Amino acid sequence: MFKHFIKLQWKSFIRAAAFKSNLAFSIFLIFIGLYFCATFLMLGVGAYFIIEDLELGDPLTIVNSFMIYYLVADLVMRYMFQKMPVLNIRTLLYQPIKKNDVVKYSLWKTVASFFNIMHAFFFVPFSIVLITQGYDPLGVLGWHLGIFALFYANNFLNVMMNNLDSIFYPLIALMLALAVSQYYGWFDITAFTQPVFQALYEIPWTAILPWALLIGMYLASFSYFRRHMYLDAGLATKQAEAKTEDYAWLNRFGNLGTFLKNDIRLIRRNKRSKTTVIMSVFFLFYGLFFFTQSVETLDHPTWKVFAGIFISGGFLFSFGQYVPSWDSAYYPLMMSQNIKYKEYLNSKWYLMLFATVISTILSVWYIYFGLDTYLAILVGAVYNIGINSYLVLWGGAYIKTPIDLNSNKNAFGDKQAFNAKTMLLTIPKLLLPLGVYMIGHIFIGETAGYVMVALTGVLGYVFKEKVFRIIEKIYKKEKYKTLLAYSQKN
Amino acid sequence: MINVQNLTKKYGNKTVLNMEHLDIPKGQSFGLVGNNGAGKTTFFSILLDLVQPTTGKIISNEVDVNNSEAWKPFTSAFIDESFLIGYLTPEEYFYFIGELRGRNKADVHSLLSQFEDFFHGEILGQKKYLRDLSKGNQKKVGIVASFIGKPEIIVLDEPFANLDPTTQIRLKSIVRDLASNQDVTVLISSHDLMHVTEVCERIVVLEKGDIVKDIETSEETLRELENFFSGSLAN
Repeated sequence: MFKHFIKLQWKSFIRAAAFKSNLAFSIFLIFIGLYFCATFLMLGVGAYFIIEDLELGDPLTIVNSFMIYYLVADLVMRYMFQKMPVLNIRTLLYQPIKKNDVVKYSLWKTVASFFNIMHAFFFVPFSIVLITQGYDPLGVLGWHLGIFALFYANNFLNVMMNNLDSIFYPLIALMLALAVSQYYGWFDITAFTQPVFQALYEIPWTAILPWALLIGMYLASFSYFRRHMYLDAGLATKQAEAKTEDYAWLNRFGNLGTFLKNDIRLIRRNKRSKTTVIMSVFFLFYGLFFFTQSVETLDHPTWKVFAGIFISGGFLFSFGQYVPSWDSAYYPLMMSQNIKYKEYLNSKWYLMLFATVISTILSVWYIYFGLDTYLAILVGAVYNIGINSYLVLWGGAYIKTPIDLNSNKNAFGDKQAFNAKTMLLTIPKLLLPLGVYMIGHIFIGETAGYVMVALTGVLGYVFKEKVFRIIEKIYKKEKYKTLLAYSQKN
Repeated sequence: MINVQNLTKKYGNKTVLNMEHLDIPKGQSFGLVGNNGAGKTTFFSILLDLVQPTTGKIISNEVDVNNSEAWKPFTSAFIDESFLIGYLTPEEYFYFIGELRGRNKADVHSLLSQFEDFFHGEILGQKKYLRDLSKGNQKKVGIVASFIGKPEIIVLDEPFANLDPTTQIRLKSIVRDLASNQDVTVLISSHDLMHVTEVCERIVVLEKGDIVKDIETSEETLRELENFFSGSLAN
């Protein structure tokens, strides 16, 4: 039976329309995966000695005290990135296949996920180092197996909380609050959790407890899946009560307003696009890595420009990248209605413009780190509006992945709310301004660097009409291929 | 109004559409009949410039649809659910199409009021997004939306499929009304021979991409079509 499932899965993978055009991407993703493995491996080998060198205390104790954050971060990552194991369950329901088999296969498929294996690259070498450094082998084994079970428990927990935004976001908020209060020394949660993890080492047989938890989680997610395998339960799409919204204030923009209205509704009423907005809010805090001097190598003006572009352009990158895929479900309508490409693209451009301006205003608190810091963000915003807005629209013409706007509506949905490809495409958009800044910085000075980046942005804006004509041509040329690719979703 | 010249569409070696010549005069109600894979939807898609022809062209009201977008203002269509925007309420969708076609809310409402029977109280004011409506109700929305803005050419692919019997009868009378208007050219495809013969003045039968029959509808048409299709069954 499982043989059939695996065959189906493989076919859906290699026959996807997106696969052919994105082979290069797939290879690139594999490299990113390998990079993560290598990083974890190095951390696993090196963590012990790094902690020892920094004289923070007993390495195992330190690792254990951060373990709670590690576990929660893992859960957050999974919630946002890990795809749910969906075979096409609906079509299998009335086939002579035992429901239990379908559920079992779906669950076991998650076990082999990269999200689980990744951690082994840290924990296996770390445990080996512990043993070679004279820790009690039995204790290390107990600890290792216990932690191992906890990560897998996370895996199954994620399966169950797939659609529980109301639990998920408060959980993040709680953890952030705990982290902050630990930083300021108000309340230290690790004082309570650290001994729990430490006990796995001190009393190895306690590793049974996480394993019991894991088995419990597996059984719970099994019965959760099993119980919800009905068309009107887990496989049903939830219906929200709809309210007609006017946005009459946008009418003054004419045809542009018509599209903007729709884009606002698109963002507000679909899970996938909402996630994008939330991601761009996270981007607002990205600068903290750069401006707090917490990471030494990042404490250079060039990185400030880099941060500035990300802070002001979070939405531009995460949303703009997928123009026109956002409209993939009704692209034939858009292409046959009384719509000019230019108006369509222009409305997306204005949307990104507004978002960039809002992000820039919201990030005004960076002035706390110095005026030049906020200057870097302003410069980044100008560059984003002048250059990057075109680049994302341009790149979007080639991304022919249809977006299922409701994809993460239920536990069995395919949730690729945020795609690694989006991140990858942003890289070329960042190198150019950094280069421009460097040239200005080296030959004249810091301010000249900023001015040059901003001027590049302004220059880009001046040529807007011209660039739009080029992009329009590309969209027209790609139109038929795009329509074909979008139609493959159904 | 619509003039087809040497139109072919090939996928690899397979010819899915081959229309040497076809003229559809203004105001005609035109029916397209054929089995699955006969090329009906492909023809409509080329007419709407959603698919590129391999050779030949369609001239719609003196516009070559593959080279200019000038056909868009006077053409409207409902092919399938990809013509609906799932996250809008029906009202918002009608307004959206209205705005694209230069019609304000009042215009849209006065048009919609003519279709209250057709909607059967299941479309307007339902507090539902289009994606949450049933297939049949979605179809009603799409069909009526294609009437907004006084289009001169209306293309409907399989409009009768998925509709309940009452709605089918109402739709027939709506299409007949449209057909009696000499400014509107209606193109309909259907599997249902009875429906098309009732509403179309002219019926073209496609088989594997070729035009095999071109008939003015008369009393005899239904029988002729039935004979034709049962004949192709016998072969």
